[in-house]
Amino acid sequence: MNWLTNLPPGLKSIFAKSDDGDGDTLWVKCPKTGELVYRDDLEASMWVTPSGAHLRMTPTQRMDALFGKGLWKEIPLPDVVQDPLKFKDDKKYVDRLKASRAKTGRTDCMMAAQGEIGNRKVVALVQDFAFMGGSLGMAAGEAFITAAETAVARKAALICVTASGGARMQESAFGLMQMPRSVIAIEDVKRAKLPYIVILTDPTSGGVMASYAMLGDVHIAEPDAMLAFTGARVIEQTIREKLPAGFQRSEFLHERGQVDMVCHRRDIPEKLASILEMLMPEQQRPRRTSRAKAEAER
Amino acid sequence: MATPSTYLDFERPVADLETKIAELQEAGGSVVSEEVSKLREKSAKQLKDIYSKLSPWQKTQVARHPDRPHFADYVEGLCDDFVQLDGDRKFMNDEAIIGGLAKFRGQPVVVIGHEKGRDTQTRIKHNFGMGRPEGYRKAVRLMELAGRFGLPVIALVDTSGAFPGKGGEERGQAEALARSIEACLMLDTPMISVIVGEGGSGGAVALASGNRVMMMEHAIYSVISPEGAASILFRDAKRAKDTAEAMKITAQDLEKFRIIDAVIPEPMGGAHRDPKTAISRVGDAIEKALKSLKDMSPDELRDQRKQRFYAIGRDGLPAAASAATRTPQRKKP
Repeated sequence: MNWLTNLPPGLKSIFAKSDDGDGDTLWVKCPKTGELVYRDDLEASMWVTPSGAHLRMTPTQRMDALFGKGLWKEIPLPDVVQDPLKFKDDKKYVDRLKASRAKTGRTDCMMAAQGEIGNRKVVALVQDFAFMGGSLGMAAGEAFITAAETAVARKAALICVTASGGARMQESAFGLMQMPRSVIAIEDVKRAKLPYIVILTDPTSGGVMASYAMLGDVHIAEPDAMLAFTGARVIEQTIREKLPAGFQRSEFLHERGQVDMVCHRRDIPEKLASILEMLMPEQQRPRRTSRAKAEAER
Repeated sequence: MATPSTYLDFERPVADLETKIAELQEAGGSVVSEEVSKLREKSAKQLKDIYSKLSPWQKTQVARHPDRPHFADYVEGLCDDFVQLDGDRKFMNDEAIIGGLAKFRGQPVVVIGHEKGRDTQTRIKHNFGMGRPEGYRKAVRLMELAGRFGLPVIALVDTSGAFPGKGGEERGQAEALARSIEACLMLDTPMISVIVGEGGSGGAVALASGNRVMMMEHAIYSVISPEGAASILFRDAKRAKDTAEAMKITAQDLEKFRIIDAVIPEPMGGAHRDPKTAISRVGDAIEKALKSLKDMSPDELRDQRKQRFYAIGRDGLPAAASAATRTPQRKKP
């Protein structure tokens, strides 16, 4: 809390440093209609424009949207070996990391937090597309494992909000290895009879889609998100034809049976609460207390 | 030693010598035989020189060599009574991934692998070894069969990647790959994966998540093909040589990183020069690996896979840059 946070909203947004990467503007252009939307209105509507475009969010904004503003606690994530391959293309990988860290203020693309949704314990993982395209490397893989282990230890549901271009090229096979590693972590959650729910957001593709994004007990997709294994451009080059409009969008994947539902961002917490209530009945608080009481009396 | 049908660019000096030898032999005569044996010696030395210091990009070409032994050759060379089992029971039979029951050196197993095909017709039939969702669903089906009947699984990986097609996307390519990784990791029986040629991305890891993962000496394994990486990073597929280098895709590098467990040596000049020896060495390595896992229970096997994959990146690399701040959950009680 500082003097800036106490300013009236209009004035505040002039000063406030934007954390979603698209500048410190008061107005944001809707990618669907071109309409200018007032930033504070967007914030209040969970970054969904009046026409329904679901804009990308920072991990912090996402946690607020899932758990309620500030009602979550970040889970510390382990450090990993940085740049094991000493990778360099036009730029050094370490420099790309530095730039992404400066831009997002985070060490890598995954954030984990714990809290409650509908009275059920939840560990949430959020992937930040703004950090090197949300690419899956060792840091994200270890984050996934840590979150899964925390979920098992706390008997919490694991929820993963995906946004990624796939495995991180700059870590090559180390990136690829995060696919089986995350799958093992998921299996531990499933064997503990805890729900694993995936929320697919724009865009999710490649190695992330081919591992933890598609192994949920329930798949919830945000409207019009690009969800694919191979990106449209590569497919178009391979088969030499144009893909139809809407191909690889959430609604298309729903039609093809890959996701359970397409759900407006605003409705996701409520939907999660219903699902978790039914999948985790034993965690209903009053019942647990009464049972604990009964056991204590025995 | 067989003379290959195709020479790779960097094999030119050997090719020249071998052409000369062939010409001399055709001419015949007594002086010739001495000359031929001299040239043979020279050619062998040349070959050894070239193959002892192949660059990652050269290895990529060897891994893709058209004469390199493929799945069908390994099955023929290593297994008896192969009973091919087809189809995913849902949509179709994908010929890019072949599998079935077989006796591997007398032991009943399930064998699964990518098949690239050998000539135009078979390459098209097998879709150049690029699996569709149905191929991976067939693999899952066969792994489940193996688990139910207590049979080890041998997976031979040789693919540039899963097929980037329209139909595959519509039918859940990503989900099929994820399920195949899951099936490898959850299997009740031992699973040995050998990357015999190309290990391309998700399409490879979907069959390479076993208890032991081995690579042939000149095989490659990477997150994306060198060409794919080059077109993304440099917007120029021709710079594949650079990305092959940067991505550390060789068996030697990956063994050093402990991403794979062993490198299977190839005959001098690559598996394509002496497929028989190459195949039997792969067989020996598989046999040894199976022996080491044979007394493990299903839970022990799953746990071994977990330890194996979790150790990647944690062990055998220089320590993390900043002070270790691992979460308490990480520490074993």
